[in-house]
Amino acid sequence: MIAEARDARPLLDSEQSAVTPSRVNDFAFKIATPNGTGSSSANDLIRKAIFRMGVPVSGKNLFPSNIQGLPTWYEIRVNRDGHTARTPDFDLLIAMNPATYARDLAEVRSGGWLLYDSSWPLPRTLSRDDVQLLGVPLARMCTENFAGSRERILMKNIAYAGALAAFLQMDLDVIRELLGQTYAKKKALLDSNFLAVRLGYEYAREHFDCPLPIRLERMNATADSILIDGNTAAALGCIYAGATVAAWYPITPSTSMIDAFQKFARKLRRDPDTGRGRVAVIQAEDELAAVGMVVGANWVGARAFTSTSGPGISLMSEFIGLAYYAEVPTVIFDIQRTGPSTGMPTRTQQGDLLLCAYASHGDTKHILLFPCDPAECFHFAVNAFDLAERFQTPVFVLSDLDIGMNDWMVPRLKWDDGYRPDRGKVLGADELERLERFSRYLDVDGDGVAARTLPGVHPRGAFFTRGSGHNKFGGYTEDAAEYADVMLRLGRKMETAIDHLPAPEIRTVAGAAIGIVSLGGCHRAVLEAMETLDARGVPADYMRVRAFPFSADVSAFLREHERIFVVEQNRDGQLASLLAIETGFPRPRLEPVGTFGGLPLSARDVVDGVLEALGAEGQGS
Amino acid sequence: MTWIAKPKVRHPSLPKNRLGLTPRDYEGVMSTLCAGCGHDSITAAVVQAVFELSIPPHRVAKLSGIGCSSKTTAYFVGQSHGFNAVHGRMPAIATGANAGNRDLIYIGVSGDGDSLSIGLGQLCHGIRRNVDMLYLIENNGVYGLTKGQFSASADVGTKSKRGEENRQPPIDPVSLALTLGATFVARSFSGDKAQLVPILKAGLQHRGFALVDVISPCVAFNDHEGSTKSYKATRERIVPLVLADFIPPAEEITTSYEPGSVRAVEMHDGSTINFRKVAEDYDPTDRDAVQRYLREREHAGEVATGLLYVDPASIDMHAGLGTVEQPLIDLPFEQLCPGAAALDTIQEEYR
Repeated sequence: MIAEARDARPLLDSEQSAVTPSRVNDFAFKIATPNGTGSSSANDLIRKAIFRMGVPVSGKNLFPSNIQGLPTWYEIRVNRDGHTARTPDFDLLIAMNPATYARDLAEVRSGGWLLYDSSWPLPRTLSRDDVQLLGVPLARMCTENFAGSRERILMKNIAYAGALAAFLQMDLDVIRELLGQTYAKKKALLDSNFLAVRLGYEYAREHFDCPLPIRLERMNATADSILIDGNTAAALGCIYAGATVAAWYPITPSTSMIDAFQKFARKLRRDPDTGRGRVAVIQAEDELAAVGMVVGANWVGARAFTSTSGPGISLMSEFIGLAYYAEVPTVIFDIQRTGPSTGMPTRTQQGDLLLCAYASHGDTKHILLFPCDPAECFHFAVNAFDLAERFQTPVFVLSDLDIGMNDWMVPRLKWDDGYRPDRGKVLGADELERLERFSRYLDVDGDGVAARTLPGVHPRGAFFTRGSGHNKFGGYTEDAAEYADVMLRLGRKMETAIDHLPAPEIRTVAGAAIGIVSLGGCHRAVLEAMETLDARGVPADYMRVRAFPFSADVSAFLREHERIFVVEQNRDGQLASLLAIETGFPRPRLEPVGTFGGLPLSARDVVDGVLEALGAEGQGS
Repeated sequence: MTWIAKPKVRHPSLPKNRLGLTPRDYEGVMSTLCAGCGHDSITAAVVQAVFELSIPPHRVAKLSGIGCSSKTTAYFVGQSHGFNAVHGRMPAIATGANAGNRDLIYIGVSGDGDSLSIGLGQLCHGIRRNVDMLYLIENNGVYGLTKGQFSASADVGTKSKRGEENRQPPIDPVSLALTLGATFVARSFSGDKAQLVPILKAGLQHRGFALVDVISPCVAFNDHEGSTKSYKATRERIVPLVLADFIPPAEEITTSYEPGSVRAVEMHDGSTINFRKVAEDYDPTDRDAVQRYLREREHAGEVATGLLYVDPASIDMHAGLGTVEQPLIDLPFEQLCPGAAALDTIQEEYR
């Protein structure tokens, strides 16, 4: 008895159209594998092939906090209109992990498909009337065609990519070209990988009616785009900003940003004569030390940064307060993950907003930047250094795991060669020579920013950087008025900074009575949701906040709408809290929408949340 | 008497260094420490050492944590930048600063409170990274600034002013540093300037982390009967194991030595340290032997002092990182930013 016999019967056209109408370039599928078995090469291949066919695509990795053996999923969404936020509806599941068969089968939408490795029979309990099973004997074919247990395991994944190519009508030439690039220097690997592709492809075509109703067709929607993850883009931004020192401690999901920075530095920051590095990347002993190193490097005049996640920010709080009070530029990337405490290290959230806005004890307030995708990660990285040095203060770039570790389609990045780093108010040797005396914390122009000097430049520039009470001359003080004077100036400094921060992005629609406010990684889900809401007769204005502290535009938007929905991914509505605290807008009128369980936001989350609040019937989208 | 500003009088007979500066040019503001505090003597030794090396004052970067000893950075080399970090976290500031500008002369001042409890981790890793700096531990066995609690270097059996007895074994920064691979380890006593100044000079010139543990009695809280770090007890137990003279590369050796009594160690920059051995077979470049020897002295109730260990082939943090010779802050932006054309090329990989 062979499992295939049951599964191999192709659907009749009449049955197909009754079950699922044909959908070109608009579907989603999910690949379930045990982690650590090499599926990411296959998944990358699939995602890139779709992209090269000109079709908008996104891939999201749902991986466990583990190295090998636990379930991991890769979600790929294809959407001709460019909607790439997560969708919870999957047309096709590729079930390569017996441990999760039941769960995977349950996730397929009615009328969908389950592709599985039919080298072994599926448990009889696993069946649904409304899901077609596609059995391909991947392991058996690989055992027959490859030697070595490791190769057989790896090629199994490539073989399912081949099967998908048949089912979804992927272009084999594109796949071949991609493999050719990956294995440019190893022809033997190119051949074996393409053999595995063909094994899956040919089996699928021989035994099933290919392609499925969900299928790909070439488009021209990706020519001006790239597929890149936020951490890589942020790292590239740091290179372009001229950062020379990075100090860090490994933590999921920020480690890959430093890995990328080092990779770029090896290529782009090598002295051509000596081969030595024009950069120092220091793996610190913990996050406390990492941020201390960043502060020390900025103190001497280097552009320095660290990248971490929530738990790291908690550890860094003391130094953040010192940098705020002593006014030392500091750049911190927080790739947010699910908290509190250790939380879920491999799941996403926007849960560090309050933590970062007011990090450290006493009266502190920090500049936050909220990139919505990898392109903004690149540009905001550069902004962060300019702002940190202009305002001599910590600047946080608040990304998240979904943006940071997944590949997003974004417009090609552009760089203006006319860019010059804003080093802020720094007095050099000549200026110090002309001064009778230098005092560190004098607000000469009234903008709240006092000029600083760098160590080693000129004896007259000497002063003490200290976290203890100080007066405007930089001297130690315990005097109430002197202390308050400096604190009030710090407040004024932050007011001045607001005009230099990225302005909110506001879209208005005629007839909109409601306003949606959101930030960061929620953006694409909100955009998609707004189309659905509009179609349901609920047009909405939308403000995407891009920085903190908030500008006057932010308050104005709130006041102009009868109902405001704040879309974010955390339990306690942290963005709403910040808005209420800073603008005085009444908290009860900032209605929360969003999920915070660790998965990236979907348009459906937003639509359902808004409609429920409005009292309309929530229909499945 | 800190309300009296220090007079700016330059006596004509004051010695001048190669820059034409006098020791007064290397002083800071008046100390606010207790009269008789050991730390003030150490400060005087630092002033003398920096002066004698003819270091331009503004090229010094002074770093400290929190505590009485950490206040002393204000009392020397007033014409240089200082950073009072948070408690126990000065090594991180020093590491980052050094990473950005390797050419400054970094002097870190800390205490046993700042370095051996909250700061223990950062101290260890600063040593491991071999950050090029002089690191002074002004060691008095107590938390002076918070009024007299035991620190982690308090000896077993030592009594506090209130009569409590410490029972926890002390952390000895010298043996800790040796175990961690430190490339320069010394111990001295605030009351022995003749020994301390050459050690400081050697430490300042050493290319790597130079740990100098200086016993510095606290007159307010730990100078009483029953304290093992009082002036009295220290003078009784201390044994100058090694006396070292530091000779910069340009200078002649002016001290005369008995033939066979000196072991000369040449440093990377051509300077020499002459070790006048007190004990036979003491090789300051043999880490294992030094550790053994110190343990023996300790069992005998002695505190060995001097420049105890040095690795002339020390590989500092920058050598390990493979960075360019030039300070990173001096690199022009064109050498750091790859430019628009390169961005297009880079992005081909993401299509």
